[in-house]
Amino acid sequence: MKFTGRALVRGRAEGLAVALEEPLSFWGGVDPATGLVIDPHHRRHGTSLVGRVAVLPSGRGSSSSSSVLAEAIRAGTAPAAIVLREPDPILVLGAIVARELYGTVLPIVVLDPTAFVEAAVAATLRVDGGIVETVEPV
Amino acid sequence: MELSADERAIRDGGSGEAAAIAMRILMETAEVMGAPRLLRITRAHIDGCLSHGEAGSAFAELLRSHGGRVAVPTTLNVSSLDLLHPGRVRLEEPDADRARRLMDAYVAMGCRPTWTCAPYQLADPPGLGEQIAWAESNAIVFANSVLGARTERYGDFIDACCALTGRAPAVGLHTNEGRRARVVVRIAPDVRPELLATSAGLAAVGHVLGAAVEGRVAAIVGLPPATDADGLKALGAAAASSGAVAMFHAVGITPEAPYLAAALGGGEPEAELVVDAAALRAARDELGAPDGSHLDAVSLGTPHASALELARILTALEREPPSVPVYVNVARDVLAASDEARLVAAGATPVSDTCTYLVPVIADRGGRVMTDSAKWAWYAPGTIGLRPVFATTEECLRSAALGRVQRDDALWEPR
Repeated sequence: MKFTGRALVRGRAEGLAVALEEPLSFWGGVDPATGLVIDPHHRRHGTSLVGRVAVLPSGRGSSSSSSVLAEAIRAGTAPAAIVLREPDPILVLGAIVARELYGTVLPIVVLDPTAFVEAAVAATLRVDGGIVETVEPV
Repeated sequence: MELSADERAIRDGGSGEAAAIAMRILMETAEVMGAPRLLRITRAHIDGCLSHGEAGSAFAELLRSHGGRVAVPTTLNVSSLDLLHPGRVRLEEPDADRARRLMDAYVAMGCRPTWTCAPYQLADPPGLGEQIAWAESNAIVFANSVLGARTERYGDFIDACCALTGRAPAVGLHTNEGRRARVVVRIAPDVRPELLATSAGLAAVGHVLGAAVEGRVAAIVGLPPATDADGLKALGAAAASSGAVAMFHAVGITPEAPYLAAALGGGEPEAELVVDAAALRAARDELGAPDGSHLDAVSLGTPHASALELARILTALEREPPSVPVYVNVARDVLAASDEARLVAAGATPVSDTCTYLVPVIADRGGRVMTDSAKWAWYAPGTIGLRPVFATTEECLRSAALGRVQRDDALWEPR
């Protein structure tokens, strides 16, 4: 399946999908050293985001999440891409600054709620600009 | 997006390379936020001085090395060190050195070394209708809600971009439309007024509100008219932790909500929610229920304690000396205006420039720490591995004196 959304940060990536199910604050919620979800309140506590396409309804809480995302991108522990239901400037900023500093692109796309729900159950996702596509197993 | 001639000049390097980088990042972010243009700000508060790793330092260094200078008066948020009390933060090298260099970089760009998450408690806070660019979630919600100043939910990096350009995206909470309440939250009559007279009770309201409304502006009906700035601070900090809340209206209390219809800006609410005693009780236990009475320490002042809160803590400690450590996070300016020696003699351990849930100050990792802050209780397990017990300030200080956890369940019972 192929969904057309709005590219907040343009780029291409592919990876195993991980549906976060509820909003997540990267600051206090993700350890940039390991890429694991460390927020003990979060349903996905303990899940690794490294190299995966994170399907996340929205960011939450702390305004320091930009730094944590940029640091995870630097350290190679960030998701491959982020698919959102609502635009989140705090996450976008982390990706823009990491691109400015390190030249590494982490694409971020917003999907409408219906497409978001369908993307959230995919096993593998490919992101290209504003397009999010499910990848069939070979 | 439409830029003025001045803004185009900044983008093209007329105010130096650092301001040009800042303008380009600001423009790209403003587009994502859906801003048609930028607007001028009168001041900024930067959160990027707290060290989260190499990327934050690299960004500050990039701006500084290109001659970066803030274009408006700019305060600085908490850092990773307590410069007033060396050794209080047990941060090892190279982390301490990196934290220090990050702080130096922002000061070198002309920021005031205030090192506080509560810039609204400093002299000369922003006023009603003032356009500002503030980072730090609790400061954002306080500025919008309690002061009536206007800021969006800014964070690391964009805070500096706004400060260096003197601009912010003209969108969201900067506009009348964005400040309109979308959700009405009613306090049920079964909630005890004495609970709503405590910061912890109001923080529990904020915790429930944040989880329910996510990022939407809420109008709260039913708070006691005497609710003060410290209480609203606790409520907002909690709501900004459990949800992405950047503004609320307290009807009859906050400046843009003399009555409910004013808060709603003539619109209809999308949702209504009732917060009852059972919900607040559940919030209290979610934030930190004790297992037994063991207590290692007490931590107060998240967000940083006001002068009034500090005076109340001092009075309580002098009445009943603590038998476990009592940490009080407080801005250096507020501490300087108090009697620190007397506070220390009464058994408090002041922590300035940072906060006990951000960096290792409290000795016992895995220890039981009582706090009156929903924000502290929410984040401390993940950030520094402490186990919170959430309670009112009075319960925290009484427990500190007894050396064991003691909470008053009656306060949280339905009326």
